[in-house]
Amino acid sequence: MTALLQVNNVSKRFGGFTALDGVSVSIAPGERFGLIGPNGSGKTTLINCVSGLLWNDSGSIHFDGREISRLPAYKRTRGGIARTFQVPRPFSSMPVLENLLVPCQYVVQAGEAEARSLAMDILGRIGLAGKADTPSNQLSQVELRKLELARAMAARPRLLISDEAMAGLAGAEVDEVLGILFKLNESGITIIMIEHIMQAVMRFSQRVICLDAGRIICEGTPKDIVANLDVQRAYLGA
Amino acid sequence: MRFWLGTAIAAAALATVAGTVKYEYFFFAGYTVLMFVVLATAWNILGGYAGYVNFGTPAFFGLGAYTAAVLYKATALPLALQIAAAATMAGLLGLAAGLLTLRLRGIFFAIATIALVVIMETVFINWRYAGGATGLQLLRPAPIPPFESYTKMLFVVMGVMAIAAVAIARYIERSWVGRGLRAIRDSEEAAEANGVPTLRLKVFACVVSGALMGAAGAPMPMYLSFIEPASTFNLNYAVGALASPMIGGTAHWAGPVIGAMLLASLQQIVTVTVSNEINVLLVGVLLVIFIVAAPEGIIGLAQKLRRKLASRRKAAR
Repeated sequence: MTALLQVNNVSKRFGGFTALDGVSVSIAPGERFGLIGPNGSGKTTLINCVSGLLWNDSGSIHFDGREISRLPAYKRTRGGIARTFQVPRPFSSMPVLENLLVPCQYVVQAGEAEARSLAMDILGRIGLAGKADTPSNQLSQVELRKLELARAMAARPRLLISDEAMAGLAGAEVDEVLGILFKLNESGITIIMIEHIMQAVMRFSQRVICLDAGRIICEGTPKDIVANLDVQRAYLGA
Repeated sequence: MRFWLGTAIAAAALATVAGTVKYEYFFFAGYTVLMFVVLATAWNILGGYAGYVNFGTPAFFGLGAYTAAVLYKATALPLALQIAAAATMAGLLGLAAGLLTLRLRGIFFAIATIALVVIMETVFINWRYAGGATGLQLLRPAPIPPFESYTKMLFVVMGVMAIAAVAIARYIERSWVGRGLRAIRDSEEAAEANGVPTLRLKVFACVVSGALMGAAGAPMPMYLSFIEPASTFNLNYAVGALASPMIGGTAHWAGPVIGAMLLASLQQIVTVTVSNEINVLLVGVLLVIFIVAAPEGIIGLAQKLRRKLASRRKAAR
């Protein structure tokens, strides 16, 4: 099997604190992959290393067979890895549509007119078409989460990393975002979902790993994970 | 289209003023105002669009002025070539300084740019050929016809540079490069994650900004017939270049133009009628007032007013 993303023995330290300690993960093309773990367990550090905002200290990261761990983030995005941010980071001086023009122009390399129609299309699919001209600093929390996702989609990724896209959303909103992610996956996009809402991760993922203190403590199907004693201990401290 | 019409009107106004106004002092003061339009517009490309506050204006400006002065002393190079050489040198300084310092964020970048000014000043204080600390006296050549006075010629040259600088800034603002710079200002991580080569864009902005500042400095030695380090690398240039966009508004190319016209004209008036010290105080007070009361500058105020009027009109219907 050729993996789309191959993380091999990756470690990351911040001073004396070890955030990631020899993490290895392999993700197949088209997979729906869940990443869970208690606060501070290294989930976001791991995806920062994959997306290029941080550089891992040791180990290697291969995407589509190519070593990427020393590429700047923008090149990784152009190579097909897009992500959302746990705390939404809209381009707040721009209206919603223009937020999407950035990846349309810089990643897809579309001209202004083509970028606009691409962006409008994505806004329609995610249900933000009516907000295209709204300044992005006037959006609600749900809309901001959707904007994060829409912007990541606009980069036409092969691998989409969703970092807590559903945090703070109510039940129906969670279903809505889950529906969008399922649809993206059906169109062939591999998805890594980081989430605290267990029910959502378990429903979505085909395979899940659980991180604790920078190490993988369990890997398996959602059922395996829920039944695992280490996972229960990490979450409940029992 | 409207912009090019505006450009044509500005050029026509420049020609008319040069043709009709008889007071030599008008050109002397007008030159300074136009110079600040160039400096403020140049500053805004990196400071306004990308949000990287640069206190290094005097370093770029001064390098441009000294490049022109040294080349004139060595080879009596014509003014146009002095300006081109000054822009090139200052652009190269922007490239070097950008690559070294633009990895720093926020306040650290600002501090590094202050250091740049000190370094440049020290270099020229210690360069004997360029006049060292005592400075260099320069004899102006005869003005090129149809200009009858050299100061008037410099005024027109600076006017042309101001129009060019604004056209460049506006082009960047409207292009995908400008969008990338705004993305950097809003969130550098998100910009990078959305495919924006942040370092490359910042360095590009720094080079263009630096080159324009250098060009603005090039005619200075001829304007004063003299050049010396302390006044050339003066931090007042940094303050003026930064305060004008802040007062006018940083998001739109017209902001620095309005700000510089207003601020530099006021300063000229105060310098003549009151005193040279008060004019520095004036900048400080205006800057504080605008940052507190109108952080988006005059342009921001105008937009807010327009929106308010529009919604009131809607309500009246």
